[in-house]
Amino acid sequence: MARTHFVRELQRLQDEVLLLGSMVRQALVESVQALRSRDHAAAKRIIAYDREINAKRYAIEDAALSLLATQQPMAGDLRLLAAILELATELERMGDYAKGISRINLMMGHEPLVKPLVEIPQMCDKVADMLRRALDAFIAQDLEAAKTIPLEDDVIDAWYNTINRELIDVVTKNPSLIDRANYLSWVAHNLERAGDRVTNICERVIYTVTGELIEFDAEEPLFSGTN
Amino acid sequence: MTVVNSTPAIESRQLNIYYGKFHAVRDVNLSIERNKITAMIGPSGCGKSTVLRCFNRMNDLIPIARTEGEVLFNGQNIYADTVDPVQVRRHVGMVFQKPNPFPKSIYENIAWGAKINGFVGNMDELVEESLRDAALWDEVKDKLHQSALGLSGGQQQRLCIARTIAVKPDIILMDEPCSALDPIATLKIEDLMRELVENYTIIIVTHNMQQAARVSDYTAFFMVDDSRTGHLMEFGPTKELFTKPKHKQTEDYITGRFG
Ligand SMILES: Nc1ncnc2c1ncn2[C@@H]1O[C@H](COP(=O)(O)OP(=O)(O)OP(=O)(O)O)[C@@H](O)[C@H]1O
Ligand SMILES: [Mg+2]
Repeated sequence: MARTHFVRELQRLQDEVLLLGSMVRQALVESVQALRSRDHAAAKRIIAYDREINAKRYAIEDAALSLLATQQPMAGDLRLLAAILELATELERMGDYAKGISRINLMMGHEPLVKPLVEIPQMCDKVADMLRRALDAFIAQDLEAAKTIPLEDDVIDAWYNTINRELIDVVTKNPSLIDRANYLSWVAHNLERAGDRVTNICERVIYTVTGELIEFDAEEPLFSGTN
Repeated sequence: MTVVNSTPAIESRQLNIYYGKFHAVRDVNLSIERNKITAMIGPSGCGKSTVLRCFNRMNDLIPIARTEGEVLFNGQNIYADTVDPVQVRRHVGMVFQKPNPFPKSIYENIAWGAKINGFVGNMDELVEESLRDAALWDEVKDKLHQSALGLSGGQQQRLCIARTIAVKPDIILMDEPCSALDPIATLKIEDLMRELVENYTIIIVTHNMQQAARVSDYTAFFMVDDSRTGHLMEFGPTKELFTKPKHKQTEDYITGRFG
């Protein structure tokens, strides 16, 4: 086959995206674990780790841009490189959510949680699982998976709405808890946004396979803010 | 395939071309939109030049070449018995791979073709206008009566384009017009093509896929089958052909996986 070097470099970049994906997944999962155990040392580690995630993203972007500039990729190769650039950005932003959750963890100090952590770990596990499968779909160019994974985002939105309703109850009964309730709401918000980014990744996988850019019109969760 | 509203500038129907017994090209149905640039790409020997030459009956000049099917220009089959190939070539001009100015002055290179086509107007004006349209005027206006062979390759090619447009054709055929030029001269020709397409229809054969992607509106991809007969594999808007081709062979060719 012609273009051995180019093909090898494309494969390497896909591996790097997978690697970035697992770094981000780990950061998210650990950020929620650290929240559960109120582990500030772990939270600080995750915040520091975000630099490595960012560096990996820029390395991928740099390599992808070099290939665009020097190899004049066309058709499927071009779509793949466009997707790699997009995925690197989406993943890096998901890393920011892990950092955000860790910051909230630190801000909460050692005050007790206003409600038991039920939905938040569930949301986190779900996002992590969807992310892993979205990246598998990316590597396998699995159109079916890329089309169905975003449908699962509804579950995350439902948990997000539940947690917010319960927090409103808490605050209604005891208005002095408002700050601490808000902290948890922010954590849930970060996870809800992370789920949306998995959907974006799936959209890019579909684009890589078909050349069609489609947008999933997911129902906005009741409590969705901006960003 | 894209639906074209206006009638095509030129159109081939079931075009089959033979060189002696060799079936060079089969069943080409290609509709060329007016005031657009259509690029023809494909591996060497797939019949791009052969098909291009059919659009102005240049293949007639090759004794063993035989053409079946129709080429419709303004609704008329240019291969009909009643049609004079010289008239066809007046309406469908051609620019070749290697710039081929006559060994005469710049001025005469342009005046000559116009004269044999019975041009009776102001020749100075025609020469200037053609050179301006070919983006060459500023570079040669002070040496119109010097030999065309003293020009650079890129200038010679633009002179050949000026010579072609001096007879006001409808269609300009270009067979790898930049393959003998450096990158800057190439980009100048490409710019010029984008200007010219306001008033002309252009069909360009190119081996340079980036050139096809940069300059053309539509791209036709030709392939050969096992018996080396060329055929049209895929045709469509350039942007689509280069981002999401429909056929695997097209994808393999434009991504360099071919061969
Ligand atoms: N004058 C000729 N006599 C005999 N065979 C010819 C002649 N011209 C072309 N052929 C054959 O017809 C086929 C198509 O040739 P053509 O020159 O049209 O291909 P092409 O796509 O323009 O190739 P290239 O990219 O190399 O210019 C080839 O197999 C070629 O050998
Ligand atoms: Mg040729």
